[in-house]
Formats: sequence, structure tokens, C-alpha cells
Amino acid sequence: MITSLAFRLTKRFGAKVVLDDLALEVRGREFVTVLGPSGCGKSTALNLLAGLTQPTRGEIRLDGVRIDGLPPERRGFGMVFQNYALFPHLTVGANVAFGLVLRGRGKAEIAERVRRMLELVRLTGFADRYPGQLSGGQQQRVAIARALAVEPRVLLLDEPLSNLDAKLRLEMRGEIKRLHADLGLTSIYVTHDQAEALSLSDRIVILRDGRVIQAGTPAEIHDRPQTVFVADFMGYRNFFPLTVASEEGDTVLARAGALALRGRTVVPLRPGDAAVAAVRPEDVETTTEPPGPNVVRGTVRLTEYLGREHGVEVALEGGPTLTVRLAHPVTVGSALALRLPPERVVILPAEDGAR
Amino acid sequence: MRVVSLLAPSVAYLLVMFVFPFAYGVLLSLRPKGGGVSLANYVAFFLDPWQARTIWVTASIAVPNTLLTVLLALIVAYAMRGGIWLERTITTMLVLPIALGTVLVAEGINGFYGPKGWLNQALLSLGLAEPTRLTHNYTGVMLALFVQHFPFCFLMLLGYISGIDPALEASARVLGAGPWAVFRRVMWPLIAPGVAIAGALVFVMNFGVFPSAVLVGQPAGATRTIAIAAYQEAFEHYDMSMASAIAVVMGVCQLAGLAVILFLRRRMAGTGVATMGAGKR
Amino acid sequence: MRGRLWRLAVFLFVVGFVLNLAGVVGHVLVSSLARRWFATPLPGALTTEWYAYAWREFQLDQVLGVTLTVAGTVTAAALVLGFPAAYLLARHDFRGKGPLLLLFFLPLLVPQMTYGIPLATTLYRYRIGGTVAGVIAANLVPMLPLAIFVLLPFVEQISVSLEWAARVHGATRLGVVRRVIVPLALPGLLTAGLLVLVNTVANFELTFLLSGAGSQTLVVALYYAVFAAGMRPIYSVDAMAVIYMAVVLAVLVLALRLVRPTQMVFRLDRRD
Repeated sequence: MITSLAFRLTKRFGAKVVLDDLALEVRGREFVTVLGPSGCGKSTALNLLAGLTQPTRGEIRLDGVRIDGLPPERRGFGMVFQNYALFPHLTVGANVAFGLVLRGRGKAEIAERVRRMLELVRLTGFADRYPGQLSGGQQQRVAIARALAVEPRVLLLDEPLSNLDAKLRLEMRGEIKRLHADLGLTSIYVTHDQAEALSLSDRIVILRDGRVIQAGTPAEIHDRPQTVFVADFMGYRNFFPLTVASEEGDTVLARAGALALRGRTVVPLRPGDAAVAAVRPEDVETTTEPPGPNVVRGTVRLTEYLGREHGVEVALEGGPTLTVRLAHPVTVGSALALRLPPERVVILPAEDGAR
Repeated sequence: MRVVSLLAPSVAYLLVMFVFPFAYGVLLSLRPKGGGVSLANYVAFFLDPWQARTIWVTASIAVPNTLLTVLLALIVAYAMRGGIWLERTITTMLVLPIALGTVLVAEGINGFYGPKGWLNQALLSLGLAEPTRLTHNYTGVMLALFVQHFPFCFLMLLGYISGIDPALEASARVLGAGPWAVFRRVMWPLIAPGVAIAGALVFVMNFGVFPSAVLVGQPAGATRTIAIAAYQEAFEHYDMSMASAIAVVMGVCQLAGLAVILFLRRRMAGTGVATMGAGKR
Repeated sequence: MRGRLWRLAVFLFVVGFVLNLAGVVGHVLVSSLARRWFATPLPGALTTEWYAYAWREFQLDQVLGVTLTVAGTVTAAALVLGFPAAYLLARHDFRGKGPLLLLFFLPLLVPQMTYGIPLATTLYRYRIGGTVAGVIAANLVPMLPLAIFVLLPFVEQISVSLEWAARVHGATRLGVVRRVIVPLALPGLLTAGLLVLVNTVANFELTFLLSGAGSQTLVVALYYAVFAAGMRPIYSVDAMAVIYMAVVLAVLVLALRLVRPTQMVFRLDRRD
């Protein structure tokens, strides 16, 4: 059981900075997710922690002891790979036993532990199969069992669900969450999928171009994105470039032409600042209020049936398009009045080359 | 029906130009010059020490050379599996002897390793009194075959090894395997089939050695290989029947070598599993 | 630490091997330009006259003509015969495919000295041996399978749905071949063509066994020149070797633009 894993890492390939001073302290039993688009450096971070690549600069401390000089085999971590990386020439049982054999455990102990691990990932009876005979989900479960068998001090997971289909992904997500809690693991998870990050993590670190953009609990990141980039990642579909007109506390009023929106700020903004208002499709509601700030009118251009609700694309007066989710069907071409609740609108500073 | 029309020309060609001559050769070997149908050619070959010895001569070149070539090629290819500096340049350089062929390599070796060549000049300037004799003997043939087949074997194994998912090695490392354990427990079982095939091909080529044995070796003595014996029967004694018999013996020896390699591969694999690359779906 | 030493040893070995290659090729090159060269690091005086000498004495115009005829014809024939076969093998599964693949693989696996002697015996019997036609016919035996095996993966990666799409949009069977398959397989045809070309130019054993006076290719003529070293100045033999090298390298440079060096040897398929 560890109490903390602290690291500060920089990695360059030639002139390209892949990871720029990523610093983090992970507490024991914590589930931390590094979230970002492909190429943001998140997998590099994991490989550095595992010792598979060497940092250009930085250090890794496990319970205060530096481990960045150790080769991967002496760090005592577990790792789960995106493509499972099961040894094709070994049976499922031998795959799970791999780390234990190298640690010189006794035959009986290994057999017992392999049995328990396979039971844990619900693959009892598969010990004699070969990886090639298993489905993707089963292979990933074996990979997890193999990583857990050695009782890793830290479990590293590199996009473990991205090769699975949607249904299986959901199922495995629950499985990982259960194992993390039941076994009291300390896990670092890398993904580009915000839903995985939100549902699994105690803490999320959002990475872009090798830099930390924002870090916090899932709720903080979900509700209080600090940049357009994070907002976009967290499911804010509608973005309107505006100029801040007035501010009072942490709410501001911003306008562009006929469009006027009041909303929350996360980062302080002052009148005259260029801003972007972000709102989620599901936060927009129909209204009968007269036109004014946060009430807009438009024409339905496209509807999509989504099962429980309807996805609607509305062309607003004055040009911009608003994507909303409505509980009731509407017809294409009909006029619609919509309200964007100020407490659900986030007003963010505009960035250069936004999103 | 269309299937046949597309494939027929190629198949017909190989039947006429490969299978038929082969069968014809075997039959011809059973009809010795003296007439009749008998094994006289084979009996004569094995009873004549000058001829029978070629098997031993050829094997004493082919076997050590194959082992050395495969071992070194495996080491170098394994070390280069993660990519190295100037890789493309180096691999391109290594294609040269394959593309240039045995005759040119033989001529170059005669010059470079010859008594007046750069190598002996360098050795002499380092204070060695006598020029070392490296050509027109056993050593020369070994050198020529190695220069020829090392790149072949290396490129083949490099292609094979770089096809192995690097995540396998990474996961073995994280699970506690040091470099040697990674090789022994993960990489070797995956590479072994490729090594067996590469070894088989190199052995078969080595056993058929002809131009190098003539040009860099001692074709009338220490490196009179079985291919030379067959050639002499055919084109110097014009005994096509005997030549065919020797070609058959050569083919059987090569098959025997293949069988040994496949047997070893079975033994070494231990588990006998053939689920290569299965982990990648 | 041990890992470092190990890598250093491997690196030194590779450097040594490459140096040895450079020495082997370099010696031939320098010798071909030497007026006289005897146990010195470099010859005292250089000349290009051995090239003219070799051209004249070894009748290289005629030899080169044969070489190009043989290589060109073999390449064309290997592609024309091999492409339909590769297409079929890539697209269809049928009974007897395994043995058929073995039939195609054997001429590549069995050394040429082993089947060359029976082949030569047969061809001489039918009076094709010793002619340019005989050399071409013999060389096609390993080159046809080579072309097929190089083409196979290229055809395999052309999706069948492209053919279907072309058919649905009104192309005839022949139209599909002409407008879809051949254009898409063009890189494969080029690669296979160049590989066959370079291999035929450098192919020794079969050509050696089948050629007579007037049907020798460059590499066989070079063999005889080296074999009879002493008959003519070694410098002229080396000049001929350099001319041969230039021919091979010209094709090789083209080939290496299309293929990785590891593809120049047998493709070891890991999906067995």
C-alpha cells in the first residue's frame, strides 16, 4: 500500500516538447485520469512513469523515494495496454502467472493466485486457453488480471477500453471501477474519452500539447471549465464569440449584435474583453418569455430522434446555429423561442485559434 | 473455369520447366551410362572417396556457416529491433551483397582479403610478419558465404522481429522481466519460427554453394563441394546421368538439413503452439 | 551497463561488416582504375583505359545486349504470367491452393544448382540449352514465383468492394481490370518488376548452366573472366566487374525507392 506517488516530468524528442513539466501528486487509493486528445503526451507520461522511456528532465518519487533511476522491471508497477499486449505463445494462466514466476514465487502460490485473479475478472475456467481464442473484452480482462497478479504498487492503464465496442466499454468501465475500489488500488488512467474520465476518476488532469490545461475533480471540470478547449472536451457543443458588456461578481453580460447572454465566469473577465459563451445542448429549454438577454428565437432546421429526447438544430435570428436537446418533437421549419439559463451558460475568455 | 484460365499459364510453365525436369533428372539418374535401370550411379558415387567426400566437405562449410550466420544475424537484428541511428543507410548497405551476387562478392573478396589486399596490408603494418592467407581456401569460402548470407538472414530476421508488437516487450518489462528474461520468455518463443525458416534457407543455399567455392576456394581440393562434383560430371565428363544422380544426392542432403532444423524447432518451442500473432486479433 | 557494452559490441560488429563490404566493393573499384597496383594502399597512377580494354576484349556490347534482352524478357514474362496468378491467389480460396502455393514456392526454396542440372539436361536434350531462349526459359522458373509472391500482398490490399463498386457503376469485367485493379496494383507491378529485373541480372547459377557462347549474361561472363584470372590483366576483369555493378546498382537504386531493404529478401509472414 503506497501513500503517495509524486512526479514532475519533462520529455523532449529533439526540438519537440512532448511533455512540458507535468507535475502531479497521486495519493494512495486515488484514481487519477490523464485526459487529452491524441498526441497530447498522455501516453508518453505513462511510459515515463513505467520506466519504458527516459525523461529529459524530472523525477519520480514513490513514498518519497526516488525511483526514476530504476528500470521498469524493478518499479513494481502494473500496466494495462490499449492493445492488451498478451503474450500470444502463453496460455491465459501463464500470462497471469508471468510476473509471479519472475518474482520466484512458489508453484502452489502461483497457481492459487492465478485462480483468484481469474475469478476476480470473471474468467474462471479460461486458464488453459490461448489469448487468440478469446474475445477482445476477455483479452482485456486477462491483461488486467496479469497486471493485478503482482499486487502492483501503482496500476497504470493506457486507454484500456478504446479497442472495445461501445457496450463492452461500458461494462469494462464498471469492472475497472469495482476492482479499483475493492482492491484499494492506486491507479493512473490515460484516455481521450471524457465519459470514462468523469465516471472513473477521483481527479482528472487535462493535457494539451504536453501541458496541463486544467486539473480537478470530475464535477469541477465538468461544471467549471476554464478554457474553451476544456469546455469543448466536456460536452459544451454551442460556442458564441461575444464581447463582455458588464460584470457583477462571477456573472457577466456579454453581447454580439442582437445576441445577449448572461452567464457564469470561472476566470475573471472585464468589460470589453473578448469572450466565448459555452452552453450544453441539454441545458437549453423552450420558453414563452419575451425576447431579452438569454432568450433567443430561431427556426428549426434539422431534427434527430435520439430515443428519450430529440436533437434539434436551430438557426437563430442573426445567423448562428444552436444545438439543443428537447423532450418533445418539433417540426422542421417551425419557429422556436429558447432560453439559455444564466446559471448553465459559462462565459470564457476567447483564446487565439480557439478550440 | 475462369479460375483455371488465370492460373493455368503459370502452373503449366512450372510443371513443364520445374517438375518435369526434376522427374526427368531422377529417372535419368537411374539409367547409368552403361545402360539398363539401376542404382549404379549412386553406388559409384558413394564408393568413390573423391566423390563421396564432397558431402563431408560441403557439410563442413554449410553447417558452421549457417550456425554462425544465423546467430550473428539474430543478435544484430534483435539489438536493432527498436530502430537505431542510420538504420535505413545500414540496411541499404547490407542489401548490396545480395543484389550484386556471388560472383562479384567473390572477386571483391579475392582482392580485399587477398595477400596483397588492404586487409593484409593493414595487418602487416600492425607488425604481423607474414600475410595471412584468407583466400583460395576454406576460409575464403566461409568469408564469401558469410558476406553473402549474413545480410540476407539479418534483413529477414529484422523484418520478422520488427513485426512483433513492442507492447509485448513493454508489458513484460513492467511485469518484472529484465532484458534477458524478456528475450528468453517472450521474444525468443515468438522469434524462433522465423529463425528456423531463416536458418533453413541459409543452410540450403550454403549446401548448394558453387561460384564462391570455385572462385574464392580451392575447387580441386579443400572446397570441392557437391555442386562442383555435379557440375563436373555434367559439363566436363558429359555424364548427365551421373550429374543428375549427384544433384539428387545434393537435394536429399538439403532436405535432411531442413528436417533437422524443423525437428529442432519443434523441440525448442516446447509447447508446440502455433498461435503466432494471435494476440492482435 | 552490461546492456551498453552489448549494444556497443553489436554496433562495432555492424560497422566492421559495413567496412568489410566497402573494402570488398572498393577494392574492385580502385583496381579497375589502376595502371598497376601492387601491395600499396593505393595504386601509383590511375587510368580509365581498362574499361575500353574490357569492353573490347570481353565483347561487352554483345554481353550487355544479351543481359538486357534476358532481364527485360524475363521481367515482362514474369509480370504477364504472374499477375493473373497473383490476382487469383489473392482473391479466391479453392481446393488444392496449398499444394499450388508449394509448387510456386519450391523454385525459390530449392537451390538453383540442385534443379539447374536436371533442367539443363532437359533443355540441352531439346536443343534449347546454350541459347538465349534457354537462358530466358530457365530464369523464368524462379522469377515467375518471385513475381507472384511479391505481387500477392499488393493485390490482397485492394478491397474487393472497389471492384464491386466499379461493377455496380457500369464497368465490365475487363473494365474493372483496366480501370481499377491494374492502376491500384501499379506500385506492386513496379516493385515486382524491379525485383525480378535486379535478380535476373544478378542470377548466376541457372544462367551459367544454360548459356553457351553468345548467350552469356554479364555475370556469367564475369565468372569466366575471374575463373580464368591470369589470362588477362586483373584490372580489366575488375573494370568489367564495375560495369556489372553499375548495371545492378542502377536497377537497385530504382528498386529501393519503392521497397524497404527488408523486403528484398523472402517475406516471412507471421500469420502462419
